Amino acid sequence: MLETTPPRNSKNIQINKSWCKGCGICTGLCTKVLAMDGGGKAIAANPSLCTGCRLCETHCPDFAISIGVDVN
Amino acid sequence: MQNKVNKYLRSEMLPHIWCPGCGNGIVLGALTRAFGLLDCDQDNTVVVSGIGCSSRASGYLDFSTLHTTHGRALAFATGIKLARPELKVFVIMGDGDSTGIGGNHFIHAARRNIDLTAIIFNNSIYGMTGGQSSPLSPLNSKATTAPQGTLERPFDLPELARAAGATYVARGTTYHANMLTQLIKNGADHKGFSVVEAITACPISYGRRNKMGNGYDMLLWQKEHGIPVERARKLEPSEMEGKFAIGELHKSDAPEFTDIYERFIDEKQINHREAKKA
Ligand SMILES: Cc1ncc(C[n+]2csc(CCOP(=O)(O)OP(=O)(O)O)c2C)c(N)n1
Ligand code: SF4
Ligand code: SF4
Repeated sequence: MLETTPPRNSKNIQINKSWCKGCGICTGLCTKVLAMDGGGKAIAANPSLCTGCRLCETHCPDFAISIGVDVN
Repeated sequence: MQNKVNKYLRSEMLPHIWCPGCGNGIVLGALTRAFGLLDCDQDNTVVVSGIGCSSRASGYLDFSTLHTTHGRALAFATGIKLARPELKVFVIMGDGDSTGIGGNHFIHAARRNIDLTAIIFNNSIYGMTGGQSSPLSPLNSKATTAPQGTLERPFDLPELARAAGATYVARGTTYHANMLTQLIKNGADHKGFSVVEAITACPISYGRRNKMGNGYDMLLWQKEHGIPVERARKLEPSEMEGKFAIGELHKSDAPEFTDIYERFIDEKQINHREAKKA
């Protein structure tokens, strides 16, 4: 049941700041990689630690994070 | 710059109107991934919603969408499905929309077992209008209409759906977002009235008044209180106190309404032609 979002290996973490509302969900779920910047938006503070699990992507209510895909 | 995250979203409508940390966007994400698993054809899929914060979801989805009236989404959807049974029809409703003003439409859609997939965004409150209690607000929870806690017992939505005749009933949460995707997909694959309750956080109109913290805290609450049904069935009622089962809760087979209706029309037409010949 938990396999619908397969992990992606690519560590390409994209955060769309104009959609991020700074809710703190992603930073709470992934304290190692993500953090809030001074303006209250999520940033990838330690991208090298990303395992590609996509927990942030599936739980960001604002579609502001995507992992390992080039979106146009 | 990322502006097209998902082919099923009207990305030009984003950012959406929901508050920071509101779970509605997580349910919407799960829904779009279910559309992906189903490989939904955008021209033959319809999304109908009622009125409320959650019902705004239809506006962000790139299908034929209907944003209807409060409580009446299932009535519109029933009309669409009967007129065009080949279309796949999803119905998005809030807990107030589906079990308060629309409660009667809900039980009768279930009774008919019409092939619709209903997704109920259950945030335990009337979010859009500022936090009145709904028929799914937990006992003793605070609302503008129940400042000292509601005295009324809530419905158990899956129990209500099953008793009224729904043939697929499931419950997920936004914390268990991948499971939610799978439940919506399975509900859509099932022929008959499918109900998927999505437990979601309204940190603004519910969480704040009930001291449940922010959107992240409310996600963790779902993690702690949602018990996979396989495990829940083995637990004593006392161990499930305050908790709720998640997963596929009920599945059965029963005649589906558009099939019954089509057969009826076919028979009438045959009888009519034969009567004319004679
Ligand atoms: C006929 C009618 N009655 C009342 C309203 C006011 N109203 C708008 S949304 C809403 C409740 C929304 O609560 P819910 O369905 O739980 O959705 P949520 O906003 O929490 O997602 C109400 C009472 C209305 N729009 N139409
Ligand atoms: S979950 Fe999304 S909206 Fe919330 S802080 Fe992270 S990127 Fe921003
Ligand atoms: S009021 Fe509640 S349900 Fe409505 S958008 Fe805000 S957090 Fe979401």
